[in-house]
Amino acid sequence: MTQAIELNQVWKFYGDYAALRDCTLSIQQGSCCALLGRNGAGKTTLLRILAGLTNFQRGAVSLFGEKPRAEKARRKSGFLGHGIGVYEDLSARENLHFFAGITGRSNIRALTDTWLERVGLTRSANMPVRQFSRGMRQRLALARTFIHSPKILLLDEPFTSLDDRAIAMLSELLAEARQGGATIVLSTHQLREALAIASHVALVENGRLRHAGERTQEMLDDPALLYRIYTELGTQ
Amino acid sequence: MNIMREKLIIALAGAAAILLAYNLYNIFLVLPDEIAQGYMYRIIYFHVPAAWVGMIGFFAAMTLSVLYLAGGNFRYDSLAASIVEVSVVFSTVNLVTGSIWGRVQWGIWWTWDYRLTSQLVCVLTFAGYLMMRRAIDEPTQRARLSAALTIFGCFNVVIVWKSIEWFRNNHPGPVISFRTGGGKMDPAMEHMLFLNFLALTVVATALTLVRARQEATAREIDSLRRAAHV
Amino acid sequence: MTLLVQAFAVARKDLAIELRTRESLTAAGSFAIVILLLFSFTFDPFSDESNEFGGGLLWLSFAFAGALVFNRGFARELPNECLDTLLASPLSGAALVMGKAIANFAMLLVVELVSLIVFGIFYDVHWLSESAWLSVVFALATWGVAILGAVFGAFTVNLRLRELMLPVIIYPLMIPLLIAAIELTNAVLSRQPLSGQMQWIRVLIASDIGFTTLAWVLADTILVN
Repeated sequence: MTQAIELNQVWKFYGDYAALRDCTLSIQQGSCCALLGRNGAGKTTLLRILAGLTNFQRGAVSLFGEKPRAEKARRKSGFLGHGIGVYEDLSARENLHFFAGITGRSNIRALTDTWLERVGLTRSANMPVRQFSRGMRQRLALARTFIHSPKILLLDEPFTSLDDRAIAMLSELLAEARQGGATIVLSTHQLREALAIASHVALVENGRLRHAGERTQEMLDDPALLYRIYTELGTQ
Repeated sequence: MNIMREKLIIALAGAAAILLAYNLYNIFLVLPDEIAQGYMYRIIYFHVPAAWVGMIGFFAAMTLSVLYLAGGNFRYDSLAASIVEVSVVFSTVNLVTGSIWGRVQWGIWWTWDYRLTSQLVCVLTFAGYLMMRRAIDEPTQRARLSAALTIFGCFNVVIVWKSIEWFRNNHPGPVISFRTGGGKMDPAMEHMLFLNFLALTVVATALTLVRARQEATAREIDSLRRAAHV
Repeated sequence: MTLLVQAFAVARKDLAIELRTRESLTAAGSFAIVILLLFSFTFDPFSDESNEFGGGLLWLSFAFAGALVFNRGFARELPNECLDTLLASPLSGAALVMGKAIANFAMLLVVELVSLIVFGIFYDVHWLSESAWLSVVFALATWGVAILGAVFGAFTVNLRLRELMLPVIIYPLMIPLLIAAIELTNAVLSRQPLSGQMQWIRVLIASDIGFTTLAWVLADTILVN
């Protein structure tokens, strides 16, 4: 089975402080890996390394055999961080047009129209995002993330602050992406939502990967199981 | 390793003290006055070597910056930042002594001599570097941006020198020069110039090592603070 | 070439936002005009010296007004974490910085044109007949200033006291460009032949090539932590 993402003994330092320590993880193509852990554990740092937003000092990282900062890797990946990543002063159409353009896609106009319709923003397509409601912005962010049909999806706490409609839309998009063979890595605090869609889990604590493996029925029945076994809480 | 560094710093400080004492004795009590400028010419023994130490320091910092970017070793960043700080001080000494010399030679505190003006631009460039370092808390970001700025700064230094020299050729003004009558420098005086350059280099090296040790300690404290807050 | 295509996409996006909001252009244009006004109190604006001082006057106005443009350049990417989105996209760091520089260049040219018109009126300087040579000088010098503004906008985007740090760092680096631009502009306004000023053209070209190359090579280093 092809490994879409490979981390091999990765260390990330801020000065002398190790934010990630000796992380080794392989994520198969087509799987959905939920990154779990407390605040400050290193989930976001790990995700940002995969997205090419942060460098690492030791080890090796590859996305389909390419380094994270390589253009080929970023062409195949889609990133959704805490911010929605769209410009307030441009319209929805202009935003999608711009982001589709820099991902090197052709038929940008058709692609933009398709995705505006998909996320229910056709009627508001020419309004500046500044005038959008929160829900509309979230849906536009999803369109921006998925518009170039990425093979790897990197999502940082995607369910946080999404309304119900956006959560449903995201779940549908993720399911569709997985059916199309995409690989998904998402960091989250929302255990139930994440475990429901994840095929694999990885637990990060104090910069180390404490556990990485398939999601089991036990985890579905008792979402806090991993935390109890592998973190300090379990030793008390 | 730390003990070795401490011993080296003490040895350098000791050597600098001896050299400086010897030089000062010779400069003020042994060497004769210069024909045209009299007693005042002695300022050259600090003015010119300070400029050399500063300029060499900036380019050494650029080399260390490139090494940091290539390998990510923080020792290079600590040394580069320390050298820049010390070089800014020595370049400022060059500016102040140049100003005093201008006041004596031309009657004005600032003559817009092209070398002094270029040196002022260097000091301002690298003072900006030091200010930028203070504005960044995260050590890796600080090291990375400092390295990039040093490279830009040193490239600019080369163009600045030529530009200001050409500007002054178009708009002539007072030139601070030792050789008011033209001709070569007396060999004994030239010898002292290089000897004091050596003394100031040893002083600069000792100060750089002390400062680099402070940088390393600050980084260690930062990492402990981060670990404590997690 | 992908880099240029991506850079122009970024520049088009920035200019589209600027045309809609007119934040930078209005502020920079007004500031440049205020500086031209203030300078009128420092020497006799009707004297023949206007031709000799004109270059300095104009380029200092552009340099100071430019800071307002440069500050907005990367600051525009901060809301909604757009900068992260751009860096995670296939857009290279070099293309992003070049794109910002192209947008800066276009905006500065607009500010410069408006300032030239106002300068001509305020100081009774007839520059229209020299507009061909002025265009060459302005294009070369403005590119150097624009690329510096883009690079150091990237430097300072995540810093504390960004608006303070940018001018402190950028102005010493701009000095050779400004000297060359001022000398050449004065020569053109005084109707002197530029054949005697070739060293300044060389300074502009060397600075443009040098800063652009450094920006291209160091873009990812500056932008990605």
